[in-house]
Amino acid sequence: MTVSETALELQGDFKAATIKDRLNLLLEFSENLPTLPARYADHPDLLERVEECQSPIYLFVEVQDERVHLFFSAPPEAPTTRGFASILHELLDDEPAAEVLAVDDDFADTLGLAEAVSPLRLRGMRAMLFRIKRQVREKVSE
Amino acid sequence: MTVAHDPDAKFQGYAHPEVLVTAQWLAQHIHDSDLVVVESDEDVLLYEVGHIPTAVKIDWHTDLNDQITRDYVDAQGFQALMQRSGISRDTTVVIYGDKSNWWAAYALWVFKLFGHEDVRLLDGAREAWTSAGFALTRDETAVIESSYPLVERDDKTLRAFRDDVLAHFGNPILDIRSPQEYSGERTHMPDYPQEGALRAGHIPSAVSVPWARAVNADQTFKTREELTAIYEGEKGLKPSEDVIAYCRIGERSSHSWFVLKYLLGFDNVRNYDGSWTEWGSLVGVPIVKGDEPGLAPAPR
Repeated sequence: MTVSETALELQGDFKAATIKDRLNLLLEFSENLPTLPARYADHPDLLERVEECQSPIYLFVEVQDERVHLFFSAPPEAPTTRGFASILHELLDDEPAAEVLAVDDDFADTLGLAEAVSPLRLRGMRAMLFRIKRQVREKVSE
Repeated sequence: MTVAHDPDAKFQGYAHPEVLVTAQWLAQHIHDSDLVVVESDEDVLLYEVGHIPTAVKIDWHTDLNDQITRDYVDAQGFQALMQRSGISRDTTVVIYGDKSNWWAAYALWVFKLFGHEDVRLLDGAREAWTSAGFALTRDETAVIESSYPLVERDDKTLRAFRDDVLAHFGNPILDIRSPQEYSGERTHMPDYPQEGALRAGHIPSAVSVPWARAVNADQTFKTREELTAIYEGEKGLKPSEDVIAYCRIGERSSHSWFVLKYLLGFDNVRNYDGSWTEWGSLVGVPIVKGDEPGLAPAPR
């Protein structure tokens, strides 16, 4: 599936759900956020802090053979932030750099989550996407 | 019929010991028919991860705020919220949440704008429950819809607007933000997004007591003596004075408002919920930068 196909699927899944079920779906994503591999868990200094999020989240982007790999670290007491990260992981991990860079900056606003979590909180997801794209851009040009 | 107060010894030192409960007390009362437990968090999903059995969720953003106007819900909105939460006018409400009860205190303050009489906080916040060895649950709380009267919000007694602050100069103002926000180095607390205000600094003459000084490492409130030493001893605030507290959007200052009003028994404390996101963007109001309070301008 291409990134834009995954995006459509995610939008469909969230929008088809009631407001309450959108929260439950976000919770499922939150629980499925992959754990940080040891090479980053042991080196938190390599991770970039996403300052725009209410709760602490750190991310790291690798680009290998033009494919993007994402790593996140966020505490269990920040499930919303973990959920946002996990959605982006589902959408972007192991995808071609060019497709990641082409993702709509407003993607976070297309899931119907504003009604469930409030637009203010959604800013965190926008910021994560922004930082992911910036890191991909830097790494592709290296 | 009021639910009995928690006789915990620490609480007896406070001006209003009845506004706090311990986890042990709560565990014994969660099934009382006159009591409703409310969780109110910064993280909108934390309740879903697991909550105190029987607790209902009230979210500051999606439930307590009006979704269009920058204001709280009105009489109809509050009535609807209470009814779907199973809360009647004489229900004892115990609120708890994450982050040392910031949002719980904020919710309590909104309940008080509507004059709900018996609202208490779980001392030690969400953490107190699990630290005491009690389990959280994901079981859906079965709510029996209640009947709640239509009560007009009182915006005078516990709430201050910007014009009230301008008229208040010469009386004590309490800034409970971080030292960096107070001095004007940042417009938001450290580790949080820089957002929401065009100028950085504090309201002239405001004294700085970061909110977290009121709590211990385990998120419980400090004792009466410790709190008196900070607010009255060190900062010279007097319980008989008229005090306005503020922060960024009014949530952390609700926490300090709670401390002054209920734990120290200040007669007249208002929370300026417009706070720095409003004051720091208002055209033509005075601000002060740096670590000193600065002089109060003439009231207007």
